[in-house]
Amino acid sequence: MKSSLTMTLPDTTSTRSGLPWRQILLGVLAVAIVVYSFTANGYVVTVIGFAAIYALFCTGLNFFMGFTGQASFGQNAFAALGGYGSAILTADYSVEPAVALVLTMGFSGLVALIVGYPTLRLRGHYLAMATFALGLITYEISINWTDLTQGYMGYSGIPPLGIGPYYADSPKAQLAVIFVLLALGVIAAARLKNSRFGRACRAIAGSELAAGALGIPVARYKLISFVIAAVYASAAGSLFAHFVGFISPEVFGTAMVVQSFTMLYLGGIGTIAGPLIGAVVVSMLPEVMRGLKDFQTVGYLLLLLAILIYAPRGLHGLLERILPDREG
Amino acid sequence: MTTPLLEIRDLSARYGHVHALKPTSITVAEGELVTVLGPNGAGKSTLLRAVTRLTPGPGTILFQGQDVSALPTHRLSELGIIMVQEGRGLFSEMTVRENLILGGYNAGGDAGELSARMERVFTLFPRLKERLDQTASLMSGGEQQMLAIGRALMAGPKLLMLDEPSLGLAPRVAAEILETLGELNREGLGILLVEQKAPLALRLAQRVYVLSLGRVVAELPSHEIKSHHDLARYYLH
Repeated sequence: MKSSLTMTLPDTTSTRSGLPWRQILLGVLAVAIVVYSFTANGYVVTVIGFAAIYALFCTGLNFFMGFTGQASFGQNAFAALGGYGSAILTADYSVEPAVALVLTMGFSGLVALIVGYPTLRLRGHYLAMATFALGLITYEISINWTDLTQGYMGYSGIPPLGIGPYYADSPKAQLAVIFVLLALGVIAAARLKNSRFGRACRAIAGSELAAGALGIPVARYKLISFVIAAVYASAAGSLFAHFVGFISPEVFGTAMVVQSFTMLYLGGIGTIAGPLIGAVVVSMLPEVMRGLKDFQTVGYLLLLLAILIYAPRGLHGLLERILPDREG
Repeated sequence: MTTPLLEIRDLSARYGHVHALKPTSITVAEGELVTVLGPNGAGKSTLLRAVTRLTPGPGTILFQGQDVSALPTHRLSELGIIMVQEGRGLFSEMTVRENLILGGYNAGGDAGELSARMERVFTLFPRLKERLDQTASLMSGGEQQMLAIGRALMAGPKLLMLDEPSLGLAPRVAAEILETLGELNREGLGILLVEQKAPLALRLAQRVYVLSLGRVVAELPSHEIKSHHDLARYYLH
């Protein structure tokens, strides 16, 4: 018989027996990617670095869209705030990159709080349109406020990540830092998902009316979830700036929204591993399909369509079907 | 005179131009089971939604003598006003356990309190204990309604409001559920029960309000409904 305490917790293990093969497989794959990236050449390091940065971005977006069930087409705005914030603070004001990363995360969170308060009163398509507008406005600012952002010319001379005398002065060292931050971000997201707050967010995704009727402060939690997603996006934007050493408006344009949505839905929205799987697969696919030459884009799109048709809950959902949690 | 558990005065609500609930006043005493009857479109569901501020409108809502008219839904829930919506409003992708835990959200994460409430729910609805790790969407209609009520009880209600809990259920299951509500009421829980046609609900209730076109058209002790031939013909047969 279960203890009274376990009765009250979202038990995900107590009724299952056997080895968690899916988790083991995902863990092995993650370790393999990490090991491979440190033995590979510079180009592969760059591709995996971008994948890891997008994984962090999508982990935050997943909190707002997957767990809380809201739509945001404008998270690129917060990535831009992070990227440009870190670039300006480090290149122009000689702020330590790690400090700049934290400062811009805080600033983006504050902006999300101010913008989200009125915006999140909207629902469905209206919320999607409002957030999309937020991304477009930020994009326009990054082009036109040239004194601050250097417009289309882009911002160069951004130092690599580091603090004090410790700098990640090689791409692989930077990748190691990105992996560490990604791991922290994923652990934080997993803990939040299974917290009282995370369960409340999932309840909001299920039914806002029912959640409100049970005493969950729906508006406040949607706003907090939006802020969390913004902070993750900001961190991803900052990491990109430090990893590449250069940013321009296109980096944080609408393509970023499309790319992140593809990763989220292809990997499996509403799961912890889904955004990671999606980020890796979507980043790697063009490289894997280079052999198709002129038909590379066609092959890429066909494969994406096939995955979305035959695995509507994403690759993580497909894995769940193949390697389900076994009931005891 | 004792303070009523719930007293609403001239509460009304609109959906755009439609005045779904015209100024309405009702009371529920401590430990009383009150049934609200009325045909489709009478404003019964709107009444419950207006009380819980899911559909806010002008009027005064007093709960245990305190004016709660300006409070948002989640604050009313914290005070003990809990509603089971029409259609149950379950978190369909979550398990029975997760639904119940979320019901106890206002317990503030107190594991002991949650556990005690959950045991009480299992005493009333043993089937929920058997289905603890089952996804809510895979349960039968009757089990889903039990879960919806169980989840509401997890919130520790002082006033439980239910919107047509027997809707779409087999007569035997509906009777079982309404009997459980009667048991809860006998233990002292105040209940405001909306039903369309429910002889059993009338048998359980102490008083009845009849709504029509957004207004209260009758208020009477439930046993008197038999003497009103027009109401009895409509609601008791």
